[in-house]
Amino acid sequence: MSLMSLTALELGKKIQAKEVSAVEAAKEALGQIKKLDGSLNCFVTVEEDSVLKKAEEVQKKIDAGELAGPLAGVPAAVKDNICTEGVRTTCSSRMLENFVPTYTAEAVKNLEQAGVVVLGKSNMDEFAMGSTTETSYFGPTRNPWDTEHVPGGSSGGSCAAVAAEECSFALGSDTGGSIRQPSSFCGVTGLKPTYGTVSRYGLIAYGSSLDQIGPIGKDAADCAAVLEAVASHDPKDSTSMKRDSYDFLSALDEDVRGLRIGIPKDYFGDGLDEEVKSHILEAAKVLESRGAVLEEFDLSLVEYAIPAYYVIASAEASSNLARFDGVKYGYRTSEYEGLHNMYKKSRSEGFGPEVKRRIMLGSFVLSSGYYDAYYLKALKTKALIKQAFDRAFEKYDVILGPAAPTTAPKLGESLSDPLKMYLGDIYTVSVNLAGLPGITVPCGTDGKRLPIGMQLIGDCFQERKILRAAHAYEQTRAYTHCPLAAEQV
Amino acid sequence: MANMISDETMEYVGILAKLELSDEEREQAKKDMEQMLDYIDMLNTLNTDGVEPMSHIFPIHNVFREDVVENDDEHEKILANAPAAKDGAFKVPKTVE
Repeated sequence: MSLMSLTALELGKKIQAKEVSAVEAAKEALGQIKKLDGSLNCFVTVEEDSVLKKAEEVQKKIDAGELAGPLAGVPAAVKDNICTEGVRTTCSSRMLENFVPTYTAEAVKNLEQAGVVVLGKSNMDEFAMGSTTETSYFGPTRNPWDTEHVPGGSSGGSCAAVAAEECSFALGSDTGGSIRQPSSFCGVTGLKPTYGTVSRYGLIAYGSSLDQIGPIGKDAADCAAVLEAVASHDPKDSTSMKRDSYDFLSALDEDVRGLRIGIPKDYFGDGLDEEVKSHILEAAKVLESRGAVLEEFDLSLVEYAIPAYYVIASAEASSNLARFDGVKYGYRTSEYEGLHNMYKKSRSEGFGPEVKRRIMLGSFVLSSGYYDAYYLKALKTKALIKQAFDRAFEKYDVILGPAAPTTAPKLGESLSDPLKMYLGDIYTVSVNLAGLPGITVPCGTDGKRLPIGMQLIGDCFQERKILRAAHAYEQTRAYTHCPLAAEQV
Repeated sequence: MANMISDETMEYVGILAKLELSDEEREQAKKDMEQMLDYIDMLNTLNTDGVEPMSHIFPIHNVFREDVVENDDEHEKILANAPAAKDGAFKVPKTVE
């Protein structure tokens, strides 16, 4: 049996019990990467030599009793927009192809303190802008369930790597669904925490008011353990929240009897694939059979979430990406006339089409004469969307729905029509606008054997409730290994 | 209502965005932006009279900390990422004549 077919917590337990070493686990992960990543392209960078050295150091600390946590010695992938000192961090962009950060993101530091062995940096849509991982400068990642299909995005490399068992778990980032949607497409579990729970220090910014780092694993328990490791109050991130509790694992012991689950009717209307719909509703019934109380309701304003999101995210992106000018780091064009021409040419050659599209839109909605009509209007819409969720959470503990309207599309089908691709974010973006936690849990496959994910949304700081519901649901079904990974077992 | 973006506006947005698009790219960008704005105009069907714009979810304001230097001198490491450097400084094209 492959060590990589275990959950992160199962592997961590074996490592603590000295049944296997951190080095053996790292070697097995590297072996799986060697075998599969040539075709899947989950990783942008893997530093084999330093990985084994790191694993040896971790094992020494485990032997000395200095590292006794549940994730010590477990190998993981980190999305390539999260800075790692001395290891290049590209955002899957030509702009940062050779960028080597001088510091490590707080979330990764927290992982390292827990004894996690970082294998490398996972592929993504360029600057996290996209829903398929096809906008990566380093080529698309392929879905391990069917390599003709996309893994989703933008954290497609992270989710595909977990599904293909090239790592035990991964970190992703979620601005409008970038953890939850690819988790759905790849048949893994991904959690976007409440805004401010995981430090954004060292996360290369896309939409700062929406961005959150979160865990991707085989099940809810792994997500809870990883969240417990990475979440912290960080004075270096002024939007970091000091939470009352960082205890997530113990939520899994509780049952769902009496848990009030709201099912928004507006999440099950036009545009939702029939097979996805029936699997989600079946999953809801499973939770009901375990004692949860289901009720349908009207969330309202769902159709306004995407336009508001794209205005706000693009506006913030245009501002955040202004720093890439070819001076202090990043790509610089080879021929130019004067400073301004160098800025323009460096940016035009360094960024791909989707990034440029969003910078242009963002610059437009923030420009004088349009600011009130677009940007302020979107911020007011965001306030109303937040109120709609506040009302819903007066009645329900958890909101249950799909993570995406369909299963994974084929490669090459999405980029030709950006608006259509954006519409695929309909069930995920409002969660970012309202700062809420959301988790995607696999709940079966469609007729093409592509995974379907159920999304559970909680009120701010209520990760425990969605983890509990996800865990309760998982107790009724075993984790399904993707065929490609199952062959290796 | 279909949005029409003039060439002048595209030119202006290009200046703000510091992007230089080829003619073909600019035509495509114009089309994409018009399509997105048509879609975004849906927001106008929502009554937001008297609603305060919400930039942040949580009411946190002015988070201060002491300005203490925590990192070591990373001069060389930082300059190693520069596309061009000279004498311990970032090298840029001449900015004044």
